[in-house]
Amino acid sequence: MIRGADIVVKSLIAENAEYIFGYPGGAIMPVYDALYDYSDQIKHVLTRHEQGAIHAAQGYARVSGKVGVVLATSGPGATNLITGLADAQIDSTPLVCITGQVAAHLLGTDAFQETDVVGLSMPGTKWNIQVRSVEEIAPAIAKAFHIAMTGRPGPVLVDITKNAQIEFGEFNYVPCLGIRSYRPYVRIDQKAIDAAATLINTAKKPYVLYGQGVVLASAEDQLKAFLDKTGIPAASTLLGSGALPQDHPSYVGKLGMHGNYAPNLLTNQCDVLIAVGMRFDDRVTGDLKRYAKQAKVIHLELDPSEIDKNVKCTVAVQGDCKVSLEMLTEAVLTNSHHDWMQKFRNLENEEKEAVIANDLHGTHGGLHMGEVIHLINKFKEEDAILVTDVGQHQMIAWRYFDYKKTRTQVTSGGLGTMGFALPAALGAQLYDYKKQVICVVGDGGIQMTIQEFGTIMQTKAPVKIVLLNNNYLGMVRQWQQLFFDKRYSFTELENPDFIKIAEAYRIKAKKVTERDDLEASVAEMILHQGAYFLEVVVEKEDNVFPMIATGCSVEEVRLS
Amino acid sequence: MNRYTILVYTENFIGILNRITIIFTRRGINIDALTASESRLDGIHKITIEVTVTEEQIVHLTKQIEKVVDVIKAYCFTDNEVVYQEIALYKLPIDSLDPGVEKVIRQFNAHIIAAEKEFVVIEFTGHKEDTQALLEILKPFNLLEFSRSGRVAIAKPKFSVQEYLNNQT
Ligand SMILES: Cc1ncc(C[n+]2csc(CCOP(=O)(O)OP(=O)(O)O)c2C)c(N)n1
Ligand SMILES: [Mg+2]
Repeated sequence: MIRGADIVVKSLIAENAEYIFGYPGGAIMPVYDALYDYSDQIKHVLTRHEQGAIHAAQGYARVSGKVGVVLATSGPGATNLITGLADAQIDSTPLVCITGQVAAHLLGTDAFQETDVVGLSMPGTKWNIQVRSVEEIAPAIAKAFHIAMTGRPGPVLVDITKNAQIEFGEFNYVPCLGIRSYRPYVRIDQKAIDAAATLINTAKKPYVLYGQGVVLASAEDQLKAFLDKTGIPAASTLLGSGALPQDHPSYVGKLGMHGNYAPNLLTNQCDVLIAVGMRFDDRVTGDLKRYAKQAKVIHLELDPSEIDKNVKCTVAVQGDCKVSLEMLTEAVLTNSHHDWMQKFRNLENEEKEAVIANDLHGTHGGLHMGEVIHLINKFKEEDAILVTDVGQHQMIAWRYFDYKKTRTQVTSGGLGTMGFALPAALGAQLYDYKKQVICVVGDGGIQMTIQEFGTIMQTKAPVKIVLLNNNYLGMVRQWQQLFFDKRYSFTELENPDFIKIAEAYRIKAKKVTERDDLEASVAEMILHQGAYFLEVVVEKEDNVFPMIATGCSVEEVRLS
Repeated sequence: MNRYTILVYTENFIGILNRITIIFTRRGINIDALTASESRLDGIHKITIEVTVTEEQIVHLTKQIEKVVDVIKAYCFTDNEVVYQEIALYKLPIDSLDPGVEKVIRQFNAHIIAAEKEFVVIEFTGHKEDTQALLEILKPFNLLEFSRSGRVAIAKPKFSVQEYLNNQT
């Protein structure tokens, strides 16, 4: 017989968890006490805030394809996880969060640090459970890992009362292999494949949109094989970036509000739209009433609730896209689409002239964010991971980063959580100390989780942090400029001396204000052994273009 | 907008009802009535939800419900596709029981299921329109209390949760 707390830790070890991101407190102390004995089998990272812990676990999960594990105490510890849960839920990130809870006999009495965590976290979790006795612990954790990782991944939460942690019980770990009410995978309908293949074979202007579903299904090779055979142009969503190397001949760019010109515009000209592992988010579709109305739509999607949710499809191929893509590749004819592809290339040139050239190769005035990303591309490894926060810098970094490998894109997509990047970059780096992890943040967002400098210091994670400082909540300011008569209401920031802050945490830091110093500084940062903080002072009032304004159609994408 | 009945078969899991109702709350959709009970199958609960929405919404809602991990299966039906009943109880002061009221009770085929010194309780089962009609009639007779259940429903189309469970793939 061992303590419930030991069962918690041994269960995590049995699930091959490598890291726990957490923060201690009263109701979880027995588990922390147990952890003391297992430090050779599982590593714990003490963040500086529970939000940092959960975002770090998200970063870890996104780059590793494994479950991120989070540990927090009851009450405020648990409520500090809520933002991360909502973020992981909407971005389909597998997490297992374990929270301590007051003893079972105190539930519902407003005991010290009691909060209804199961109730609070319900909308932000794929599944959650409260465990009130020792024998329930291992089965709950087994189920949690199974649910988090299978089907469309997502966060789960296991709330464990303190009495369960200190009671003694048998440990006999049985992994969960299935739940009768939960069938995440279905057999793919050959008839749907055939119908899709017929549409694709007869299409004159077919067009592929791929999303993070491809990455989550590890279907990158299958996507590539399908595109190689059919020669269809393919565009990526924000979270799909990296699923296809950007130098692949089929790759035509990025979708969405600040995506590329051609991929948005030509959505309304294709005749068959093939959506793979993406959910037609409103940031991708713009006005749905004017979205791809001319096209027959084929949707390859695992989650049945996504099918016909926003865009009605002609052929739904429900199931794991790794399998369906392979079946589809088998069923379609070899083809090419030169003229259609050329349309993308022509519009791409327009975008280059109107926007990209200036974004990447500024000559006078303040530095542009794009110039920094352009130089990062010059020095980075092929498999470098880009972690971004939320705002203008996020869109610019995404637009210009040269994605070559899968699982190199880590950003808060669906929720748009400022403060995500710094802890997520830490988590991504801990998965592999040898990989380059480049964290691009804004001056607003970094201050939301800046305390995680402390965790970077303590773990010696060699994260490269690039602060693109425009002294503004830039993305909001851009909207104020374009849609609110330049009334810059509470978006200008008086910022601290970021260099001093970084240095206070013993992180090597440098500030660049001049174009002439930029290249050498970026090179120095990337080649530096340990963590590095590079602040680049950029033009204050630059805007991100192209842009599809809210309520507009994809074909109303504007270049200025 | 149409009236629909959703039949949800779930594991008997704490919080499952909450997980299902927040799907409606989040979309600003009102649940007209809801009942929950054991189903024919051991350990499996059946939740019956009545809701007035568009066809597009009902498909969306049913998929969202079925997505809940502890939901085994959810089916949605139009009123034509289900046999359903609601039970209503009416409490009247004993001195309201004049021949007029007795006639109404007989006409409706309602029953007096409790008679106390001060009051009687009348039970009547039917569709909402029927129980509502009786309510309107009894109101002028100093009706003391009224209570109506959510609908319980049996679907006409054939489906089997048991078979679904047996076909584990
Ligand atoms: C937690 C949170 N609060 C508010 C917002 C709204 N918001 C989106 S972008 C943005 C500005 C971000 O400013 P900064 O971090 O400096 O990045 P920039 O846009 O200047 O590159 C704000 C306030 C958000 N996305 N997340
Ligand atoms: Mg800023």
